[in-house]
Amino acid sequence: MAAQALEEVLNHPAIWRGSECARVAAPSIPTGFAELDAVLPGGGWPAGALTEIHCERPGAGELQLVMPAAARLTQSGRWLTLIAPPYIPYAPALVSHGVRLSRVMLVQTPAAEESVWACGQALRSHGCGAVLAWLERAPERSFRRLQLAVENNDAVALLFRPGRAASASPAALRLHVSKSQSRTLVRVLKRRGSDVPAPITLDLHGRLAGRSGPARVAMPLLPEEGWLQSSRGGGSRIEESV
Amino acid sequence: MLWLALHFPSLALDARTRGASEPGPLVIASSAEANAVVVACSPAAQRRGVQAGMALAAACALDSRLNILARDTAAEQAALERVAAWAGQYTPMASLAPPADVLLEVAGSLNLFGGLTRLCESIERGVAELGYSARVACAPTPLAAQWFARAGHAAKIRHHDALRHALERLPVVVLDLSSQVAVLLEDVGVRTVGDVLRLPRDGAARRFGQRLIDDLDRALDRLPDARRPYAPPRRFMAALALPAPVHEAEALIFAARRLIAELCGLLAAGGNGVQQLRLTLSHEDHEDTTHLVLNLVAASRDPEHLVNVLRERLGRLQLAGPTTTIALASDSLVPLPARSLSFLPAPEDHSETVSRLIERLRGRLGDAAVKGIGLAADHRPERAWRAGEPGRDTVPDEATRRAPRPLWLLAVPLRLAASADTPCYEGPLTLLAGPERIESGWWDGADVTRDYFVARTPAQSLLWIYRERRDVGAWYLHGFFA
Repeated sequence: MAAQALEEVLNHPAIWRGSECARVAAPSIPTGFAELDAVLPGGGWPAGALTEIHCERPGAGELQLVMPAAARLTQSGRWLTLIAPPYIPYAPALVSHGVRLSRVMLVQTPAAEESVWACGQALRSHGCGAVLAWLERAPERSFRRLQLAVENNDAVALLFRPGRAASASPAALRLHVSKSQSRTLVRVLKRRGSDVPAPITLDLHGRLAGRSGPARVAMPLLPEEGWLQSSRGGGSRIEESV
Repeated sequence: MLWLALHFPSLALDARTRGASEPGPLVIASSAEANAVVVACSPAAQRRGVQAGMALAAACALDSRLNILARDTAAEQAALERVAAWAGQYTPMASLAPPADVLLEVAGSLNLFGGLTRLCESIERGVAELGYSARVACAPTPLAAQWFARAGHAAKIRHHDALRHALERLPVVVLDLSSQVAVLLEDVGVRTVGDVLRLPRDGAARRFGQRLIDDLDRALDRLPDARRPYAPPRRFMAALALPAPVHEAEALIFAARRLIAELCGLLAAGGNGVQQLRLTLSHEDHEDTTHLVLNLVAASRDPEHLVNVLRERLGRLQLAGPTTTIALASDSLVPLPARSLSFLPAPEDHSETVSRLIERLRGRLGDAAVKGIGLAADHRPERAWRAGEPGRDTVPDEATRRAPRPLWLLAVPLRLAASADTPCYEGPLTLLAGPERIESGWWDGADVTRDYFVARTPAQSLLWIYRERRDVGAWYLHGFFA
């Protein structure tokens, strides 16, 4: 009886539970991965806000994560701007992911400072649907400027960062991408509106690894001990460094 | 007919000082000779007691640090012409009225610009952006409009009925009389145009000259007053001498903004834009000039955009010395397609905003820093793509879509260590897929004979590696499946 009464109270629209992913009406672009969309507030890459993607070493599928959204944006005529990419974004692979090459722009910069400037310019320009920037050496305080640049725009701003994340960042969403037993493990380090969810895994490399079957399968992993604690820690602390 | 007269009371000064935000104590002398008089002076010189009309020697006695420039009537004439060219955006009929007036026939422009008041405001604002102080007046005849403007009377008279009444109150000095006639009129107690009109016509013509009577008849539309329309140039070329040598880029931008405003007026008049701009800076004590060529991705006539592009370029420039003259030129004006206004929201067109972004980025980072990518019909992985202009479409080649390709390609393949024929990258690699044999390019000397594999590192990263077939045991890393 008591549990039922409690359920009724909790169903009241005025009650908000911190464990729920807040369905804020934040503008967003679907990632193309249902499992990932499910854990992102707004159901996709946040538009008009910064997203950080942390990845220790290339080859974990960090770019493939972005490809469905990039394909959708470029096909609809928006531009995909890559700022200071560490390697050559390989055109044949982009095409096979459905990206329209005539809407891709590469910007090479001589220094981190110029990268941040170029990133700000691209984020302010309304033509850019997505800006992917590799700002390894840029100071964290410059991110505040980028956040201001993107705020009045509807671009998706993805900043690729080395693995270790600093403690504070104005980014609305922070992800950590790594590999776990041939699957890509995506941990949400920070998201707006609610607690960090359990990590999810995506099978991005299934075809390459020579296995058949559906390309993208989600399998919730048991959260590691540290993650469990942080999600139980609840309430105000929603950021956790790896 | 409705004529709008622009009178430039301080043209001699403005033509020399509009390139600087604060010209300092500056005096324009009537000539370079010793008996010259002050024609005009800047506010800073006025505060030191200098007045127009005083002898130059007297002005120098007041302050020895005055910056003295000789009057340049050719520059004043050129300034009037460029104002007329700029005003072509408001009316096809602009006419020069030297020494210091420009006339615009605006009866047909009122609807487009939202009425006479708005049109006048827009023109006044625009002229101020060019760096001139102007007085604006409107009247049904060109001469009357000029007189009102010279009197500083911002009249907006649209009908003949009101014209005579308004003219009568103007002082006779606006009539541009010879000094002899002016003295004669003064002696008989004629102070206003109304007084002249009340004089008997025959007698007045005999005593003060037929020209005075004819002018009054023209102003009152009793005699025809044909004006020669100004034909704007087909290309833009303007130079601006700075009142004092300039060191900072920001001061150069200030001067360039004046020229860009002129350019954009001329472009708007012809429905044109520019794709290439040449900026030439002359330096003090220096033979060499600095040339700067701005290439735009798309033709434009937006002054803010042009200034921004210029600002980025000037910011990176090392100048040979202080700049004395700045010149802007564009050889070809390209037609800019007009956009029709839509009642319903049209699908967003991003090409313009993106071409601006590209120009801004290139302005600061250099032309080669911003690229687009495309496919190339070659089986060699490093040649299957190429860099090009952003926005170029390439047709995907279906044949290459089957095999796995990494999202990251290394510009130079990385030689991998190998132990017992197992390549290593952060530990021994596991080969997952392959080999894919690529053998091509024997005809151009850059041939490849490789077996490509998808490999996995102990940390589970996926790599694209190959084995050189002509050099057994040589493994290379060529990409990441990022």
